[in-house]
Amino acid sequence: MKVHEYQAKEILARYGVAVPRGRVATTPDEARAIARELGGSVVIKAQVHAGGRGKAGGVKLAANPDQAEQAARQILGMRLVSPQTGPEGKLVRKVLVEEALPIAQELYLGVVLDRSRALPVMMASRFGGMEIEEVAREHPEAILKEHFDAALGLRAFQARKLGFALGLLDQPFKEFVNFAQALARAYNETDASLAEINPLLVTEDGRVLALDAKMNFDDNALSRHPDLAALRDVDEEDPYEVEASKYDLNYVKLDGNIGCMVNGAGLAMATMDIIKHYGGNPANFLDVGGGASQERVENAFRILLSDPNVRAVLINIFGGIVRCDMIAAGVVAAARNLEVKLPIVVRLEGTNVEEGRRILAESGLPLHPASTMAEAAEKVVQLAR
Amino acid sequence: MAIWVDENTRVVVQGLTGKEGRFHAARCREYGTQIVAGVTPGKGGQEVDGVPIFNTVAEARKATGCNASLIFVPPLGAADAILEAADAGVELVVCITEGIPARDEVLVRQALAGSPVRLIGPNCPGIISPGKAKLGIMPAHIHREGTIGVVSRSGTLTYEAVDQLTKLGLGQSTCVGIGGDPVPGTSFVDVLAAFQEDPQTEAVVLIGEIGGTAEEEAAEYVKGHFSKPVVAFVAGQTAPPGRRMGHAGAIISGGKGTAKEKMQALQAAGIHVVPTPAEIGATVAEVLGRG
Repeated sequence: MKVHEYQAKEILARYGVAVPRGRVATTPDEARAIARELGGSVVIKAQVHAGGRGKAGGVKLAANPDQAEQAARQILGMRLVSPQTGPEGKLVRKVLVEEALPIAQELYLGVVLDRSRALPVMMASRFGGMEIEEVAREHPEAILKEHFDAALGLRAFQARKLGFALGLLDQPFKEFVNFAQALARAYNETDASLAEINPLLVTEDGRVLALDAKMNFDDNALSRHPDLAALRDVDEEDPYEVEASKYDLNYVKLDGNIGCMVNGAGLAMATMDIIKHYGGNPANFLDVGGGASQERVENAFRILLSDPNVRAVLINIFGGIVRCDMIAAGVVAAARNLEVKLPIVVRLEGTNVEEGRRILAESGLPLHPASTMAEAAEKVVQLAR
Repeated sequence: MAIWVDENTRVVVQGLTGKEGRFHAARCREYGTQIVAGVTPGKGGQEVDGVPIFNTVAEARKATGCNASLIFVPPLGAADAILEAADAGVELVVCITEGIPARDEVLVRQALAGSPVRLIGPNCPGIISPGKAKLGIMPAHIHREGTIGVVSRSGTLTYEAVDQLTKLGLGQSTCVGIGGDPVPGTSFVDVLAAFQEDPQTEAVVLIGEIGGTAEEEAAEYVKGHFSKPVVAFVAGQTAPPGRRMGHAGAIISGGKGTAKEKMQALQAAGIHVVPTPAEIGATVAEVLGRG
């Protein structure tokens, strides 16, 4: 799960990570009031779940409360278009109003799980403000890494290694060591999947603060962090995906015209791949899960048919423990209830497959049976044309 | 031979009193697997379908000599269940549970480092040595005893591959689902190393997917250490970056972990990489000269 920058900073501050003073505003008036309260110059930052906000006009400097109000008026309600938002952009509903600080140096600091080592790793570089992937491509030697114990956290000596390697001295060095340890603690204790400070700011007066902050959380752990789960902003998510998540369906919206319903994540990905192989384009990834009951099938159907791009549907189910005849009955009932008019290719395999195919054939619905994945893909690609 | 599980494996089921645990344990027993005990804290002394329930894995092990555990414990308790099995001296732990927090999996890996315990999963269909034993949720009837080793990060996609093999008369030595999570207990390399030593295994089907570097590591291993033919498929060639595709571990992040990179690495290691899952079985037959 993603959260906004202002939420990430609030969470990080609880763990002792230094962040600039500031608050979130939803109206220009509020932005003015916060700017007055902070005093001096402020930065107004669009709060959307996407990077590249600065270049997209979503970040503005304001010298006084009047300018802050004006900047907030420009940013609130705009559709922010950056390389990370897609061409339709994202509507800005909130801005973060934050004190502007004198910048001496911008660094990078981030924590992720290193899957190959099965340990969290803190990464640091002198190239603050640059995407870490870009640094990895262009200056791989500039990325410093410290893997740390998930139970013990980042030890002080590890933070010192990073601080010295970044060339920090005196007060900034001391502040960095505390900052890095606090960031690792926040990552561990919130079950984060990403905690990224980019840029990490060193001010002219030697302070170290998070100028920007990004945190993602492990969906599997949200049930033990109800406070974090409450920060979910469904306005930032795809409406089809929000609907699917209500029924525990794994759905990812894509831009093709062949709706897919499959049981199992691997088989669902493989089904998308084979559609593409035969010249088609999948409209979605959808895993109905191992159970694939009639209710789940019906909900899944409804969601994938609500996508206006869908021209044909491919249902690919490998009935293992679940019997194909039950699945077939579920598909038929769901298609009848929803009065589906689009062509549907159904490929069933596994337990009781003959009975399942008979149920489909006798249903009188626009169902096209297929016996292999290749045949199913070929058929659905033709029908979608 | 086969690897890791056979007719002598004595299994304790953690979570046997739950709906899933009871259902699947019964299917494993029907297949001939020795299910000797169940563990549910607080339900010791009861029986489920004639199998004695114990409060702790340690008691179960003392009473029944179980040497493998099959776990159907809910996500937030699963890491604890794995550590309990390891603590009791159970050598093989198969964790079916989906949805375990990644941090719990990291802590389990740290705790098990250097111990002889083999963890398969989590978030996996389990392991089956056809004709000998099944510890998992896979449909037994699609399998036949034979010489093809199967290792996969997926569930139903593995059934698809196994079904193709069986229909072509190609039985399996052992099929291992290593699971779709970011921090699996057993890697492709671990399974390949065991298949290399297994005289029953003649060739291997490897099914990978986007995310992480497990396929690249497998490719590196095959180059230096593996002498049997391998046929591979990587799911997610059309998956968009930055999106989790069902499995917690199936995500292209920072441009890394794409199917293309993985397929190239596998190909460079001399592995037969098939572009679609429909060709897995036929390619194995061809590679073995039985097409």
